[in-house]
Amino acid sequence: MSTFLPPAERNWWSSPVGKQEIVWIGIALVWCLIMFLMMPYWHIYGKQNLSTEAYQTSPQRYQAKVDAMVAEHQVGTEAGVPVVRPPVGSDVYMLARLWQWYPILELQKNQSYRLHLSSMDWQHGFSLQPVNINMQVVPGYEMVLTMTPDQSGEFTVVCNEYCGIGHHLMLGKIYVKEN
Amino acid sequence: MAQFRVCPDSGFYFDKSAESLMKANAVAGAVALLVAGILGLGVILTRWQEVHLLPADLFYQALTGHGLNALIFWIIFFEVAILYFASSTLLRTRLAAPRWAWLGFALMIIGWITNNVAVLQGNSSVMMTSYAPMQAAPHFYLGLILFAVGALIACFVFLGTLVIARDDRTYEGSIPLVTFGALTACIIAIFTIASGAIILIPTFLWSIGYINHIDAEMYRVIWWGMGHSSQQINVAAHVSIWYLIVGVLFGARPMSEKVSRMAFLLYILFLQLASAHHILVDPGISSEWKIFNTSYAMYLAVLASMIHGLTVPGSMEVAQRRKGLTKGMFEWLRKAPWGNPVFSGFFFSLIIFGFIGGITGVVMGTEQINLIIHNTIYVPAHFHATVAVGTTLAFMALTYLLIPVLFRRQVFLPWVAKWQPYVFASGMTLMILFMLGAGTLGVSRRHWDMDFAGSLLAFEYPGTAYTMMAVAGIGGVLAVLGGAMFLLVTVGSLLFGKRLDESAGFLQSFGFALAPASYNVEQPERLPMAPRLAVEEHGSAGFEAPGTFALALALLVCFVVYYFINWDYLASVWPLS
Repeated sequence: MSTFLPPAERNWWSSPVGKQEIVWIGIALVWCLIMFLMMPYWHIYGKQNLSTEAYQTSPQRYQAKVDAMVAEHQVGTEAGVPVVRPPVGSDVYMLARLWQWYPILELQKNQSYRLHLSSMDWQHGFSLQPVNINMQVVPGYEMVLTMTPDQSGEFTVVCNEYCGIGHHLMLGKIYVKEN
Repeated sequence: MAQFRVCPDSGFYFDKSAESLMKANAVAGAVALLVAGILGLGVILTRWQEVHLLPADLFYQALTGHGLNALIFWIIFFEVAILYFASSTLLRTRLAAPRWAWLGFALMIIGWITNNVAVLQGNSSVMMTSYAPMQAAPHFYLGLILFAVGALIACFVFLGTLVIARDDRTYEGSIPLVTFGALTACIIAIFTIASGAIILIPTFLWSIGYINHIDAEMYRVIWWGMGHSSQQINVAAHVSIWYLIVGVLFGARPMSEKVSRMAFLLYILFLQLASAHHILVDPGISSEWKIFNTSYAMYLAVLASMIHGLTVPGSMEVAQRRKGLTKGMFEWLRKAPWGNPVFSGFFFSLIIFGFIGGITGVVMGTEQINLIIHNTIYVPAHFHATVAVGTTLAFMALTYLLIPVLFRRQVFLPWVAKWQPYVFASGMTLMILFMLGAGTLGVSRRHWDMDFAGSLLAFEYPGTAYTMMAVAGIGGVLAVLGGAMFLLVTVGSLLFGKRLDESAGFLQSFGFALAPASYNVEQPERLPMAPRLAVEEHGSAGFEAPGTFALALALLVCFVVYYFINWDYLASVWPLS
């Protein structure tokens, strides 16, 4: 009976620790260090890393950039949303608003693009399916990341941050074409 | 004037006012759990796509209420009861400032009702996180603030009680380990509530139009300073309860006081900016900040949990072996009282918290791996393993212990109580495992319709995802059944359980004191130090708990394998930089 009684030793600090606990703490600490080192390791050798490039913006400013891209590179329309084929390597903009991802993008396989993301109103979640890449889209912030689609086909952007009653209507598309 | 009673079965001393406060807080918690369970049933039956019970507006409303009542109100009410128990009862002392404690309780009740009314009115379906700039009604935030102020008062009453016990020298030596763990929870609670105040007060002012802008990213960083740290209050609290239960059931003593206490201390020291875990894929935050704050370079809070994972069952094993259950690796565990819900509840809480909750939590808290998990249904799967099984089931197990001791009633329908942890834990585990799977397939959390009916564009999840959500639904229903069994037993015991004290009537079940004659102890004897063992074998006898060590190694193997599987999965998605 001592987990809820005062320790048997007045000076419990100096009582010796069992071998088993020392061995386990050692093993666990080594594992914790490995897990820590995996993160910087992946920044150097891994291919999937988060961008740290971001800018403060406003809905008006961001909308203007999106509109400029759409005006220049629109190639069609689907479900009332413009389909845009931006040049390889260029800055590509996607905006989130209640309840739409805008516009639809058409990219080329194995080419890199600088994808910009921001929200016009509430918070949204960029969830690229079925690849399963998930990012937070926050109003007032413009996140920029370099994305290199290495599969071709039709991909869907699901909103996975709750954004009100129409949350489940909020889908977007990214098409990736073979070269 | 005598104000203590001694429980003839357990030997615990109860201060009159502390006893009433414990009962009142525990009962309020149980009511919150009832609300949370009913709403949770609506949520899981909607996520089970073939059933799809609720319309969208009710679903989001139910989900908001479920999160708040389960994660905040039930747990914190119960934790206040634990704080009073760990200070006043375990240290055999009077409670500091009982009037302040009642004021805190009143504020918590008012805040709880205010917040629930706001959610019920339907214009505050903003989820527990209430991410700005989505706005709830002002009394949604006000309710949370009042509740937090009440909880803060309870924290200070706890600290005051420790001071009184020390001044009155009601115990020899140092405070017991369980009280030490509760103190850890209290310290974390204080800085958690501070983070909550820093973000919720401006958000409240914004909702009444006094402030015109709340930065969405700032909100996330500071809100999670409350949201994540509060989970560490739960961990510290339920680990303390684990220690209490092995002490009561097996007479276990910590394998080493120093190691267990240092592990609690690590929780306090390495959680300051735990909000990092929730903003790993957010804009504008540097990788260095994320890596450092998600791990503090060495994952020392994880290390702390791994230590408790060894020392809690280890101390039980040592105690069992001392009683002669020494055959093989696991006789100590095989011959444990599996029919006693106090034990089975504790043990499932320990195992599922460690094997599922712990491992998934560290995996998704890894900076890059978070990319394939953030905001998928994997996330609620993880925290149901930590909070719904880890914390809630530990508290349920403790409740079975307290019904006779604190409420002086016999447990009602003991056969229901006996099976309750099995039903609850298996239902939850089924739900959790299949939600983890569905999350890996990209199914979103907080989402009404995985068919996206009515959207102009279309998308279909793979058929496996639907199957997984259906199995999760079955598990969820089973878990709700387990929760209902718990409430049946507890409410039944309070109303109809056989009285162990003649004066333990109806009102006494809800916070009124027993008859004056029951309190016949003026001042309990000073709490003695634990007896020394005849042979202090620590440090020399080799491995004292080999079975536990094998379990710990099994945990480690699962951990390592699953961790690298996730890196492998990450490596298969589109390159990003």
